[in-house]
Amino acid sequence: MLTNVTINGRTIAVRPGSTILSACRQADIKVPTLCHHPDQAVKAACRICVVEVAGQRLLQPACSYPVSEGMVVNTATPAVREARRTMLELLLSNHPADCLQCPRSFACELQQLASELNVRETPFESRLRQLKQDQSTVSLQRIPDKCVNCRRCVHACLTTQGIGLLYTAGRGRDTVVQTSGNVPLHDVACVLCGQCLQACPVGAITEVDETEKVWDALSDPAKHVVVQVAPAIRVALGEEFGGEAGSVVTGKLVSALRLLGFDRVFDTDFTADLTIIEEGHEFLHRLSHGGTLPMITSCSPGWVKFTEHNYPEELAHLSSCKSPQQMFGALAKTYYAEQSGIEASSVFVVSVMPCTAKKFEAARPEMTSSGYRDVDVVLSTRELARMLKQAGIDWAGVSDGEFDAPLGISTGAAAIFGATGGVMEAALRTVYEVVSGKELGSLDFHAVRGMAGVKEAAIQIGDLVVNVGVAHGLANARQLMEQVANGTSPYHFIEIMCCPGGCIGGGGQPIPTTNAVREQRIRAIYSVDEAMTLRKSHQNPAVAKLYADFLKRPLGHKSHTLLHTEYVKRG
Amino acid sequence: MAERQANFSHRQMILPFVDQPGGLLKALHALQNASLDHFLAPSDLKLVAEVFGVPEAKVWGTVTFYSLYSTSPRGRHIIRVCESAPCYVVGAMDILKSLGAMLNVQPGETTSDGRFTLEVASCLGVCGVAPALMVNMDVHGNLTRDKLAAILAEYA
Amino acid sequence: MKYYRAHVLICSGSNCAIKGCRSVKQACEQEIIRHGLQGEVQVVDTGCLGLCDQGPALVVYPEGVMYGRLTPSDVLEIVSEHLLKGRLVHRLMQQPTGPAGEVSPLSMTPFFQKQKRVVLKNCGLIDPERIEDYVRAGGYTALATALDVMTPESVIAEITQSGLRGRGGAGFPTGRKWEYTRVAAGQQKYVICNADEGEPGTFKDRLILEGDPHLIVEGMALAGYAIGATRGIVYIRGEYELSIHRMEQAIRQARENGLLGEGILSSAFSFDLEVCAGAGAYVCGEETALIESIEGNRGEPRFKPPYPVEKGLWGQPTSVNNVETLANVPSIIEQGALWYRSLGTPSSPGTKVFTLTGNIVNSGLIEVPMGITLREVIYEIGGGIPEGKQFKMAQTGGTSGGCLAAAHLDIPMDYDSLQSHGSSLGSGALLIMDDTHCIVDLTRCFLKFFVHESCGQCTPCREGAPALYHLLGKVSAGAGGHADIQLINRLSRTMQSSSLCALGQTAPVPVLSALQHFWPEIEAHLNGRCPANKCVMGKAAGKIAN
Repeated sequence: MLTNVTINGRTIAVRPGSTILSACRQADIKVPTLCHHPDQAVKAACRICVVEVAGQRLLQPACSYPVSEGMVVNTATPAVREARRTMLELLLSNHPADCLQCPRSFACELQQLASELNVRETPFESRLRQLKQDQSTVSLQRIPDKCVNCRRCVHACLTTQGIGLLYTAGRGRDTVVQTSGNVPLHDVACVLCGQCLQACPVGAITEVDETEKVWDALSDPAKHVVVQVAPAIRVALGEEFGGEAGSVVTGKLVSALRLLGFDRVFDTDFTADLTIIEEGHEFLHRLSHGGTLPMITSCSPGWVKFTEHNYPEELAHLSSCKSPQQMFGALAKTYYAEQSGIEASSVFVVSVMPCTAKKFEAARPEMTSSGYRDVDVVLSTRELARMLKQAGIDWAGVSDGEFDAPLGISTGAAAIFGATGGVMEAALRTVYEVVSGKELGSLDFHAVRGMAGVKEAAIQIGDLVVNVGVAHGLANARQLMEQVANGTSPYHFIEIMCCPGGCIGGGGQPIPTTNAVREQRIRAIYSVDEAMTLRKSHQNPAVAKLYADFLKRPLGHKSHTLLHTEYVKRG
Repeated sequence: MAERQANFSHRQMILPFVDQPGGLLKALHALQNASLDHFLAPSDLKLVAEVFGVPEAKVWGTVTFYSLYSTSPRGRHIIRVCESAPCYVVGAMDILKSLGAMLNVQPGETTSDGRFTLEVASCLGVCGVAPALMVNMDVHGNLTRDKLAAILAEYA
Repeated sequence: MKYYRAHVLICSGSNCAIKGCRSVKQACEQEIIRHGLQGEVQVVDTGCLGLCDQGPALVVYPEGVMYGRLTPSDVLEIVSEHLLKGRLVHRLMQQPTGPAGEVSPLSMTPFFQKQKRVVLKNCGLIDPERIEDYVRAGGYTALATALDVMTPESVIAEITQSGLRGRGGAGFPTGRKWEYTRVAAGQQKYVICNADEGEPGTFKDRLILEGDPHLIVEGMALAGYAIGATRGIVYIRGEYELSIHRMEQAIRQARENGLLGEGILSSAFSFDLEVCAGAGAYVCGEETALIESIEGNRGEPRFKPPYPVEKGLWGQPTSVNNVETLANVPSIIEQGALWYRSLGTPSSPGTKVFTLTGNIVNSGLIEVPMGITLREVIYEIGGGIPEGKQFKMAQTGGTSGGCLAAAHLDIPMDYDSLQSHGSSLGSGALLIMDDTHCIVDLTRCFLKFFVHESCGQCTPCREGAPALYHLLGKVSAGAGGHADIQLINRLSRTMQSSSLCALGQTAPVPVLSALQHFWPEIEAHLNGRCPANKCVMGKAAGKIAN
């Protein structure tokens, strides 16, 4: 039984219990929103989406108001237009009018609203709150003056990530999102995942922009500047240039980086394959030597920092493997420098990551095993797009290019690192064949794919049934960690990614990153994998050569020094 | 050591509130009442967050919402002058100004000797004897400028 | 039971306590002992008499003589003259005497004559700290009757037929609210008594709780029986220390006497009550904000639907009722819907408790039948405007109520009539202002309250209230123009139509009614003149005060 509603004179049938907003969207009627987020609970706080419901004295928010049989709704009456306009003018009256300087310009929902509602000035007196900015971390910065009190960041931190470091504080016109005691993010247990940034409709939370450091390095003739790109970038960067979510742009990405002036364009996928070899062997070693189980992946720096803060007693469960980004940095300034006869001190490593926590990871004091800071600068997908635009590169006209060898050679197993379940699947492809000596029939482990919060599978490997668990988003991760902490975890091996959907849904990705967008990027990731000839990490010839020429063997002395790390109890 | 003991006794004090309706507010009231400076310190917020199993930022958000809680130290006695309409029309602003001058503080400030904190408040619910103020939990009404000195003298 | 020749009832309500009723009572008791009268005269603490302006006050029964504005030394005279010698102390009496020197009963004085006490029936007559007094006055009979001979449905039917409407401000029919809660699906239903009285000018709930707490216990138990709730919560604002104390004590006494707890009065009905104290937020008077506050959160209103009758406290069906609403319930059950409908007007049956404040001779608490006119309340009960000044305006319903001018003095005070004049009955606050006040200055004062008390959740209220306050400041300073008035109107319409809760929806009401009823005075400001000479012209429109 559907419910019939008449919106702007058109009668449509919608699912009972739908909100007016979803009914409007079904009827292709646009209702402006601000606090609404498709992946979050309804807040009905900003009131921008008010509409007229026949028989109601007051305007009603479309985002929360349920439809009923025979309801008559009008979404653009003079009263509605006046109310929306007035509210938007109020919001603009205390919002810094610095769109020209704002990194969110053109991706700002407030700016877009002003444009759509044709509001160009506000009759209300400008009242900037002049709140203190937070520039305490290397990843994220907060400019509370720009906050529109939509609370989407609060939901992202508390509900999506299960952390809750940001909350609405104060009352009335002093209401603003704060940490407890309004202390800087650096001094609280923030994992710097940037999901708050992804949720923010405006520029109140942004990444720390490091593009200038990269420009400086590129224009320094004494520097040999190499770049690595994470698996999640190639399925997202296109969105920054108007492409559909989930377009695969690997070839253009490589050429564009070359046009920017990088000396070598490499692929983090190379060290993703390497991670599988090291981590796979670490897992087998733990299994056969009574090591700490379950073993948990450690590729995701937000997840690692979360564990350091919240489960400091369980750090032994984390794989000691560095993340692919950091393995790359350590090898670029040792193996690659040696092989290509370049002074390690002149190698400058830039990585392009879907992630804001990667900036923190690269700055960790442990990440200097090459003798230098292993990764010099981490750019988010958005920062890279900014550089390409700044350089005047015409994206549409960029032709496809190929990664440089050897650190640009990879397999499909590495590509799927970007999606939740991908690391697990890649590891299983290798561990299965290494242990059983048999070739896998089907390479696709569907049980660990997709957007379900927690996924699990049991795989027969040799004599052993290996139970694996996969979680993404820290609220889901916490469920698995509680089991680990109280000793009831049923798993041998767990993959955890900090961000919903995995790295493709990271805090450094193009805006918007919603669950719908995440699913499209995930589909793209698997299409990249399927298109590869080599789909198992142990088939990567460049990795094999790396072991033969340099590392000697998995978990060996060199690996230990360059590719493995330790963790810090942060409490 | 002393701090740890205080923390222990505070924990004992608020534990019974955990399962009560309005328990979180009761715990905050109890901790603030136990504070010599009439405020909720960061350690109090941390304790409430832990005992009630909610994020500390949420406790902070709650504390900063209600006007009876303070997150900064206050004087020995808290004067709250009502400035709502029923008091306003019978001279509350005069009372507030006079008090400010007598104590040499602005609303929100504490006297240099730490004796009084002057606050403005919304309706105290004793409008029958407006203008009114509260010193701690005592209400004083039918105020005139002349009565203020005697009222202040009651609080050492 | 011990028999006393005379009773001295001393008002111990908050307003009298402020004025020193403690020392009056002490003096009285000491004097009685000094004269050896302790076996003959009993001194009783009682609830508010309503004449807050005349406190500290006491009434001597059986004569019903009220003495007011007392000091401890006055009491010496009352004891030695009245109680010992039987001679009235005329200079302290608050009521007239007849030609033969006879005292007209207190109920015949102008202050009480026009009143009809249903909610306040026991206030001033019983000791609120003693359950025995409440029972002796007929208390808990309604509960006993309901449990004995009425089904929950018939209790709801009686309340529905009585036409009782919520006394907190919105005027929603109580019977219907209970019915919705009763039929809603839920494991555990709740009754909440809203005693978070924060509306400026309102102190009725405080004085009801202080003067007759068992009436609320009984009203809530009846509500619980009717809707099928076993748990009730009384949410009292944190400043109301005495109310909290009296309510907690009444709950204890009721439990001890089997009137709360398991199997009340040997019936199958179980019900218990707890008290929650607020922490200083006007918006918590909004029922969903109050529920959030009980749950330990910021007191921010929820969007509706769903309404609390379906999803309230902890997501369960919940009926939130104002103190005064619940205080009507026992009388309705006892005396019937027909009796209740004989009071007040057809659309607003019953009585209403008002609190008189501002520039009025008798400020205090009164209970009158619905439909009484403003003029009767101000001039007959309230004693008129003091110091020979003229009435300028009245604000009904609290700070979110409309401003009424002298032309409105004959409007009947009920839900619908006031609404049709751009005001509301609201919480029963009645703020009277004389002609020395300026309408612009006053509306700024009203708006300042909302700037402080907005919860900050929704845009129109959080941003709109300060903007409106600022615009009024501009007008007050003589810097406003017609464009500002247009903007004030547009902003007010938006706040009314689009705010999430009644706080933001009603905040502009005083401004809009001022524009409607006091336009010439406002227009004078646009021309740089404040007729009442209150506004400082030319002062920079200025920052929003803290």
